[in-house]
Amino acid sequence: MTFRRGNQAPRRKAVIPAAISIEETFVTFGIFVMQLFNGLSLFTILLLMALGLAIVFGLMGVINMAHGEIMAMGAYTTYLTASFIEHHLPGLMGVYLFIAILLAFAVTFAFGYVLERGFIRWFYHRPLDTLLATWGLSLILQQTYRSVFGAQEVSVPLTTWLSGAWEPTETIQLPLNRIFIVALTILVTLGVWYILHKTRWGLRARAVTQNRAMSSAVGIDTNRVDALIFALGSGLAGIAGSVFTMVGSTNPGTGQLYIVDSFIVVVFGGVASLLGTAASSFLIAQMQTALEYLMSGSMAKVAILLLVITVLYFRPNGLFASKVRA
Amino acid sequence: MLKVHNLNVAYGESHVIHDASFLVQPGAAMAIVGRNGMGKSTLLKSLIGMVPARHGSSINLEGRELVGTESHKRVQAGLAFVPQGRLIFPQLTVEENLLTGLETRRYKEIPSFLYEFFPVLKDMRNRKGGNLSGGQQQQLAIARALASKPRLLILDEPTEGIQPSIIKEIARSLNALRAELNIAILVSEQVLSFALEVADRLLVIDRGRIVREADKANLNLDEVRSYLTV
Repeated sequence: MTFRRGNQAPRRKAVIPAAISIEETFVTFGIFVMQLFNGLSLFTILLLMALGLAIVFGLMGVINMAHGEIMAMGAYTTYLTASFIEHHLPGLMGVYLFIAILLAFAVTFAFGYVLERGFIRWFYHRPLDTLLATWGLSLILQQTYRSVFGAQEVSVPLTTWLSGAWEPTETIQLPLNRIFIVALTILVTLGVWYILHKTRWGLRARAVTQNRAMSSAVGIDTNRVDALIFALGSGLAGIAGSVFTMVGSTNPGTGQLYIVDSFIVVVFGGVASLLGTAASSFLIAQMQTALEYLMSGSMAKVAILLLVITVLYFRPNGLFASKVRA
Repeated sequence: MLKVHNLNVAYGESHVIHDASFLVQPGAAMAIVGRNGMGKSTLLKSLIGMVPARHGSSINLEGRELVGTESHKRVQAGLAFVPQGRLIFPQLTVEENLLTGLETRRYKEIPSFLYEFFPVLKDMRNRKGGNLSGGQQQQLAIARALASKPRLLILDEPTEGIQPSIIKEIARSLNALRAELNIAILVSEQVLSFALEVADRLLVIDRGRIVREADKANLNLDEVRSYLTV
């Protein structure tokens, strides 16, 4: 899935004469809004990816290098669903995306559950081994995708009601699929927040995060919690993958494009803080698009990395590490 | 109800608990006293399953063998643990800390008697556990353990780092709770006065071995003190 950041902004070439200053202000305002929206749209993509990672890394301390490949699994699930519906149930093409998102979640959730029970759990307390093992897993998955789907990119047809753009003014065009992704991301984020903070299951997860041995000693089945946290994190990656098919096409290496940025977001925001993950995605995405508009893409990246390093130097636990006494 | 037989615990090569055997009767209160580093905490941690017991050890709760099972299974079987240093969940609110104790599902919701015994927890129920004072955290840890409706409550040095007036209060609460809930208590202590106030039977542990066991009534206090002073 190749999605070029900030490619939606129409770069203004012509310099508008100074005489028509109202017009000029209007155009500048349009560019500003479009830039903001581009940032917003990158934000949603980073956030969807980072949410799953934040849960797995933040709550369990497991660095899952195969997170990107699980996302690709969600994307391929969406592709398969789209092909199936296109050929067998063309009447459902209008809503296939919703079916695909649910399926992508289910498939990656189940995969995550099995992965944790059969693989990851043998690597707890061995962070370096986890890194290596999940990296190996990511290579295996990539090769599997290459063997099954081929090395070339696959893409899904865009639903008609999501093509086109909303044009509130002459200079502002907001693509409908991006608006849909923004809405979906908000929904998913609220859902994750609700699960973690308002359900018994989330309470167990947060307790285990803080003190595994003690959680077991108050009666919490920590093994089950681990498996479900990992499954949920994977499921979120699956949703992310499903959503990304709307903005780009999928190839076996797709996951690799996003994994590093997602880790930066999680670490920058503060591990185990949903608000931090959200704020950090927002900040990084807006900066990325704004700086890309002003300078080259790689300089923008350098600037962001410098900022992240500086912030982490002064706040090693990230922007939103919460503080209590004990 | 709790029958410990030939309990041996070791951290790697260092053998900490040697052949400990004792019995806690239903509804009884037993204190394990001994100096620092004599193995009190290790003994209690091995009962709840935070450190593994060696092969051949037996921890039997009402006919159920617990050696080799995970902590949460032991809590399900009827044990509850208040660890040294409290170890409440600092990022969870007081109320959420109590909710984690409900995993055994023997209570459907936080039983109201907990708030009656520890009113300060009710006032602070929306505060994060980590922001409570040491004494309040101790009360929270006890309440959290009781929320699982245990048959045997295990407390590891509940007086450590707590001011004297609160220590008395904790002793009173424990006695009242034991009478009201009809639970057994197993507590480790360095403070003899607290142990005597709470327990009706004393175990003295020295270098990982149980060296004395007696009812409070016929206890040679001077002898026990000799084990507690350096």
